[in-house]
Amino acid sequence: MSDEDGALKRTPLYDLHVSLGAKMVPFAGYEMPVQYPLGVLKEHQHTRARAGLFDVSHMGQVVLRAKTPEMARAALERLVPVDVLGLAEGRQRYGFFTNDYGGIEDDLMIANRGDHLFVVVNAACKAADIARMRAALEPEVTVKEITTRALLALQGPAAEAVLAEHHPGVREMKFMDVETLPIAGAECWISRSGYTGEDGFEISVPEAAAVDLARALLAHDEVEAIGLGARDSLRLEAGLCLYGHDIDADTTPVSAGLVWAMQKVRRPGGDREGGFPGAAEIFGDLAESTAQRRVGLRPEGRAPMREGVEIFAAESGGEAVGRVTSGGFGPTVGGPVAMGYVSTALAAEGTLLYGEVRGKRLPVKVAKLPFVAQGFKR
Amino acid sequence: MKYTEEHEWLEADDEGVVTVGITAHAAEQLGDVVFVELPEVGTSVNKDDEIVVIESVKAASDILAPIDGEIVEVNEAIVSEPGKVNDDPEGDAWFFKIKAEELGQMDDYMDEAAYKSFIG
Repeated sequence: MSDEDGALKRTPLYDLHVSLGAKMVPFAGYEMPVQYPLGVLKEHQHTRARAGLFDVSHMGQVVLRAKTPEMARAALERLVPVDVLGLAEGRQRYGFFTNDYGGIEDDLMIANRGDHLFVVVNAACKAADIARMRAALEPEVTVKEITTRALLALQGPAAEAVLAEHHPGVREMKFMDVETLPIAGAECWISRSGYTGEDGFEISVPEAAAVDLARALLAHDEVEAIGLGARDSLRLEAGLCLYGHDIDADTTPVSAGLVWAMQKVRRPGGDREGGFPGAAEIFGDLAESTAQRRVGLRPEGRAPMREGVEIFAAESGGEAVGRVTSGGFGPTVGGPVAMGYVSTALAAEGTLLYGEVRGKRLPVKVAKLPFVAQGFKR
Repeated sequence: MKYTEEHEWLEADDEGVVTVGITAHAAEQLGDVVFVELPEVGTSVNKDDEIVVIESVKAASDILAPIDGEIVEVNEAIVSEPGKVNDDPEGDAWFFKIKAEELGQMDDYMDEAAYKSFIG
């Protein structure tokens, strides 16, 4: 997390954030902008309506290389229940590191960039992730943390038009494509992906060029700087998990509803079934289901149900049947939204449950995720 | 106008009815307000009772009764449109009116100059 002396780290965009009037807060060992003068609500709405620029340079960027690209891809499959070998060049895929109990140690993006794999991991987990990859993959694979690049995300329906003014090649990219393109005079590693439910791009840029690129993007009328506050409400409405909250070492891909990210080739009966930590436990869950499931939760009233709110089957009495793992106000939905885990028997969409807020049990319904339509360019 | 350390403002009229809201400083610190729960009219409250729940995009907080008395009116407009609290916290977006039992309780609170120096 933070340095030994407890000092918070800064991203290459720190001074820019401050000059834009950002409120800086500690997050995963970094000083990060939680909001700008626009405020969380308007930043959220602006991203859904036009485009938002996010600094996500605190996340871990790691390059994996082996004697052949196939060797690196095959090796990473030892740590993730994902089809990495079959990931085509120029494509990216979501995945997660599992532990021996089938729990999730972190989630990540894996990109096949031709002669190497590029993975992006969560800031709070990056040291552990890198150690895990080194322990399991070296010396066959070299694991190199990229510390000289910033990571920006440009998200929203206007993202393509804005970025295309800097390089028209981005128009040809589809959701989860990855490319290397020169933008603002720098070699950018671009993926068409994000964490908002909107169309958009994530751009790894050399740190020396990061401020210029950010300023060039912010110079467009369509683009506003967006902080971590709106990033959280955007991803929540999009039904995307936040590691350490909606998924963690005690939730399995099955209870978390992430089986879609485990391609058939790695599941029972697949050509490369298993071979990752906790495979037996996860396959057991697949066969027998799990006691609880991650679901969307839509409170019926106006009161937000935040992380930690306990869920009950009845308006009074009984034991808790679940709990909220992420919750708040959804600006696009125009009301409270949440996700959490509930007993599998009560996980059907439309099931009426009760969340206990300040000692009162308030009605909440199991809801379909995402809460807002996805804007991805497939 | 009087101010509490909890960032409420209080304004008494000639009949001993005190209007209570939160300061512009508090509204700014809270961020966008998305939910307000007000007490029922007719409720008798004691100083420091938690009588209002206010939630912003960031967090939930309570507002305390600044004095003893009876709630005689609440501002339903901020329940249906919580964003008003950010737009006009020291005007239209007042929270409740309380009929004071002892108006002298207000003397304990800060005047505008003292509040300004309190928030720095």
